[in-house]
Amino acid sequence: MTTVTTTTTTTTAPATAAGQLPRVRRRRRLSPGRRLPAARLAGPLAVLTLWAAASAAGSLDPAAIPAPWTVLRTAGHLWTDGTLPTDVLTSLERAGYGFAIGLTAGVLLALASGLSRTGEALIDGTVQLNRAIPTLGLIPLFILWLGIGETFKIAIIAIVVYIPLYLNTHAALSGIDSRFVELAEVQGLSRFTFIRQVVIPGALPGFFVGLRLGVTGSWLGLVVLEQINATSGLGYLMFQAQNYGQSDVILVGLLIYGVFGLVSDSVVRLIERRVLAWRRTLSN
Amino acid sequence: MAPHTEQLTRPAVQLRGLTRSFEGRTVLDGIDLDLPAGQFTALLGHSGSGKSTLLRAVAGLDHGVAGSGQLTAPERVSVVFQDSRLLPWRRVLENVLLGLDGKDAGARGRAALAEVGLKGRERAWPGELSGGEAQRAALARSLVREPELLLADEPFGALDALTRIRMHHLLRDLWQRHRPSVLLVTHDVDEAIVLADRVLVLDRGRIGLDLTIDHPHPRSYREPVLGEYRERLLAALGVTEDHR
Ligand SMILES: Nc1ncnc2c1ncn2[C@@H]1O[C@H](COP(=O)(O)OP(=O)(O)OP(=O)(O)O)[C@@H](O)[C@H]1O
Ligand SMILES: [Mg+2]
Repeated sequence: MTTVTTTTTTTTAPATAAGQLPRVRRRRRLSPGRRLPAARLAGPLAVLTLWAAASAAGSLDPAAIPAPWTVLRTAGHLWTDGTLPTDVLTSLERAGYGFAIGLTAGVLLALASGLSRTGEALIDGTVQLNRAIPTLGLIPLFILWLGIGETFKIAIIAIVVYIPLYLNTHAALSGIDSRFVELAEVQGLSRFTFIRQVVIPGALPGFFVGLRLGVTGSWLGLVVLEQINATSGLGYLMFQAQNYGQSDVILVGLLIYGVFGLVSDSVVRLIERRVLAWRRTLSN
Repeated sequence: MAPHTEQLTRPAVQLRGLTRSFEGRTVLDGIDLDLPAGQFTALLGHSGSGKSTLLRAVAGLDHGVAGSGQLTAPERVSVVFQDSRLLPWRRVLENVLLGLDGKDAGARGRAALAEVGLKGRERAWPGELSGGEAQRAALARSLVREPELLLADEPFGALDALTRIRMHHLLRDLWQRHRPSVLLVTHDVDEAIVLADRVLVLDRGRIGLDLTIDHPHPRSYREPVLGEYRERLLAALGVTEDHR
């Protein structure tokens, strides 16, 4: 008790008697401090500025790394002649379908395996086995099974997405604090209410970890698929540009992939911040 | 002589030969115990004497624990744990209403929060509450269900001394208003004497001492009469002069 009172008085005293008394040194702050608004854009902007400056100064080989404005002009051309919109749309469609299927499968399997012992016996081992096989290694087999069309691409993306979603959601579901289970029993919750009020909200943080990995995975799968066996899409556009030595087109493709990745990650973060509002109070 | 009404009502809790053991080690060894309806009882005992085991048995939380004996307990039982056990992802009011439904549930939850002095904190997250506030919210959660039996396992163990004294008054007030039977597990002899009308000491798996404390409330630690109870309880716990 006494120590608490003493510290309070010493820290408040200098504020009233400024100057005369020895000032209390603030403790060194170990947390990084307040976040600046839109601070995450600062790094990319700096890189962009550097790139533009180097291009303008002529210190970059335009055939290897074209200037930012060249890339923008190429993007404009490609957009107006209709190739870019079609390719972007095709790519988005693949990623979108694959992601949606992977998300649904991952969550449903995690729920089935996390909430019932039978489900766990049937599902968990199978998924762990699936995880051990690098998904991109399945490409040849899937082409044989499903042909080289859209189905196989969507299937591969769905697999890339469902695995991290399943793993993280399942781990979160089975890691629910047993003290909360006991509480639910004491409060006489029905199984349904227990799942809705305790299990699902408790597993959401894990789900979001999986979701962000899944989003990244869907873009990664897309790039690989489109660059090895596709006749349309952003990756195909870039693959062709490579044959013709059009580095500006390749950069356009990379930029669009980057924008896709950034936007989707931001959307997930935004939803996460909303849904997990209760966590901010703990981490602050 | 007219029969006393309390003797007519069935006891809220009735244990007959209650036995519980872990891995062959008997922790509760045939306990016979009646807790009359509306009585405030404290349960003392050494660490590891089986207080929590007894309480969990009465609460029906000891799935898979080996044991035998008869046990009757009321329909509506609430438990207060040592930690407040609020769901961090539900706001305080939602936590209080956990498992409660009905049209007036919200109003009852608010009233319960007001009763424990948390009016205005309904929409706070549990992570924003202090330890004492969280424990008061937990009390509100257990009272809003109007339990016939309130079980509490060292509910104030994690609180500082000042907050604990305030919580003692609050708990006693709430008990006076709602009159549930209370079984309060504690390791604090003074807490038991100040709060309870009857103090049990659990010793080697049995009730070693059953002491009725016939003294008006509110009580203070310093009353000399209570000192006598204190001596007896400490003796039953095996704390002698040279231990102190
Ligand atoms: N789940 C369990 N598995 C094995 N042993 C257990 C289990 N729960 C309790 N025990 C044992 O039973 C005995 C009584 O435990 P209990 O928790 O009831 O003690 P307690 O009186 O509440 O002690 P404390 O005051 O420290 O909380 C202890 O020896 C403990 O090790
Ligand atoms: Mg205990």
